[in-house]
Amino acid sequence: MTQPIIETKGVDMRFALPTHFLSREKPMLHALTNVNVSIEAGESFCVVGESGCGKTTLGRAIMGLNTPSAGEIYFNGQRIDQMDEDTRKPIRRDMQMVFQNPYASLNPRRNVFETLAEPIRHLMPEKSEPDVRQQVEDVLEATGCDQSWQRKLPHEFSGGQRQRIAIARALVTNPAFIVADEPISALDVSIQAQILNLLTDLQADRGLTYLFITHDLSVVEHFGTRVAVMYLGQVMELATAETIFATPKHPYTQLLLDAIPKLAGGSFDKPRQPGELPDPVNLPKGCPFAPRCAKVQNRCLAERPKLRTLPNGTQAACHYAE
Amino acid sequence: MAMLEVSDLHVAFPRGKRGWVEALRGVDLTLEKGERLGVVGESGAGKSMLAFAILNLIADPGRVSKGTIRFEGANLLEMSESEIRRIRGNRISMIFQDPMVTLNPVLSIGTQMVETLKAHRKISTAEARRLSIDKLKEVAIPSAETRLDAYPHELSGGLRQRVVIAIALLTDPEIIIADEPTTALDVTIQAEIMALILKLCREKDVALILITHDLGVVAEVTERLMIMYAGKCVETGPTRQIIDAPRHPYASGLLKALPQNAERGSRLYQIPGSMPPITALPNGCSYHPRCEFASERCHAAAPALVNGVACYNPLKAKAEATS
Repeated sequence: MTQPIIETKGVDMRFALPTHFLSREKPMLHALTNVNVSIEAGESFCVVGESGCGKTTLGRAIMGLNTPSAGEIYFNGQRIDQMDEDTRKPIRRDMQMVFQNPYASLNPRRNVFETLAEPIRHLMPEKSEPDVRQQVEDVLEATGCDQSWQRKLPHEFSGGQRQRIAIARALVTNPAFIVADEPISALDVSIQAQILNLLTDLQADRGLTYLFITHDLSVVEHFGTRVAVMYLGQVMELATAETIFATPKHPYTQLLLDAIPKLAGGSFDKPRQPGELPDPVNLPKGCPFAPRCAKVQNRCLAERPKLRTLPNGTQAACHYAE
Repeated sequence: MAMLEVSDLHVAFPRGKRGWVEALRGVDLTLEKGERLGVVGESGAGKSMLAFAILNLIADPGRVSKGTIRFEGANLLEMSESEIRRIRGNRISMIFQDPMVTLNPVLSIGTQMVETLKAHRKISTAEARRLSIDKLKEVAIPSAETRLDAYPHELSGGLRQRVVIAIALLTDPEIIIADEPTTALDVTIQAEIMALILKLCREKDVALILITHDLGVVAEVTERLMIMYAGKCVETGPTRQIIDAPRHPYASGLLKALPQNAERGSRLYQIPGSMPPITALPNGCSYHPRCEFASERCHAAAPALVNGVACYNPLKAKAEATS
């Protein structure tokens, strides 16, 4: 087997919450618990789950924007989670991120050229100024942006155009790996298809690997190669996109799939009980999904299921999945 | 006569010294008792403007510049503020997008519910609290009695939106206008909330105007559909019919662009460009610069809504196309 481009081993992420000055308790928010994923080169690895499930935290941990509390993260076999900024710098040009909201992620005072030149000047100091200009022109071309945009400011663009610029900024250092955190969810329906197509084309042209973070399962079904379903900081199910949509094994995956509104209609006809995420500060002892699970057993409340491989190759964290 | 009849509605906003720009440019809408209507469009298409106009909530300096809105025959636009208050929030109520913004953070749920009831009815506080608890139970809020004294921040997003729905139902309205009621919520919570709205509308025979950008949600919940583009309705008809066989190129493009409708891993159909802002609309049909079927005529004059579609070159309905 070839070496995965990204590998996480037992990654934990805990955030300390503010404590009362008289209190002895030190509350911890468990954002990620024992996350093991490996992403192969050239794939579109999707992470799905509800808000608060840790999908963005995982992306940020891989990018080195948060340091994990425990565990290891590897990029092309090289351990990156403990690196200091200087050693990490050459790696940063190979891994870039696209954020959700292009209205917030672009500096409003910087024109497009400055926005795109910044990563090159910072991460590729060997490049001369003409090289920088050439690289900016090339990336605008590749992302379907007009060269006349260079001197314009973000406010002159629509949401879809801004997201193209954000994608261009991520690509300008020719990275191999891109973390895309909900890149289309702030966009209008007719624009979403344009951006998804752009990401598909760029992947074909440049052999990119994506970590695609989203809550929209219909996008995952279309776009993803493998999918990790997360719940409360843990991977609940991990399989290829085809398998997970055809034969979901974890009851939580089932719940997510049932919740997608369908053009055929009919799936909202029966009332649903309110379900809530448990408190991520005081995690339940057993399975975190147990309070919402339709098939819950006594064992689920007592013992937290581990991620295990099922006969069809799916990995699921459920005592009763088969 | 339909319960609610909007005809030729125009909403305009002043634009410097250069006159007015129109956010709605002649919209017609009818709603029968108990009917569920979906209004779909991109941001800026005017769908929320339509909801605000119906409730006479267009804020200064905007105004309804033309048209009528008749509720049971009476024109809402000619009513005084006190007359409209007897209808707004009472017989027509509204659910907004973000429950954290809609609910007052410094008042308990109970206070806000009692306040709503007292504004519309002569009722004692004890009676109002009792009614409020009933409504919270109707929207399946667990331990409603204790939740009544909770503050909005103590509830999760899904529960908050349930409270907003309970408040909208307090006065037993005939029409609920829901403006993107689940956009701020997770998919699983969205499914819960939409299933709840659907159940309540059916049980109580309440009419619903559901404003959303999500074609999947309207397909699940509504019976009739209006598709809006740049301040106009471009196609309207039974939801099923439009979803299965859209006739306006924009409606068809939106549906084709959905990943659900594409083969796995293939390129998605994409509508080129984006919706023009209302300050820079093209001549003729406002969709023609993006339309693959645009002809000479489309550049010259905007098509009127005929038989439910505003297009000179509509796509054929499925029955005709296959025969």
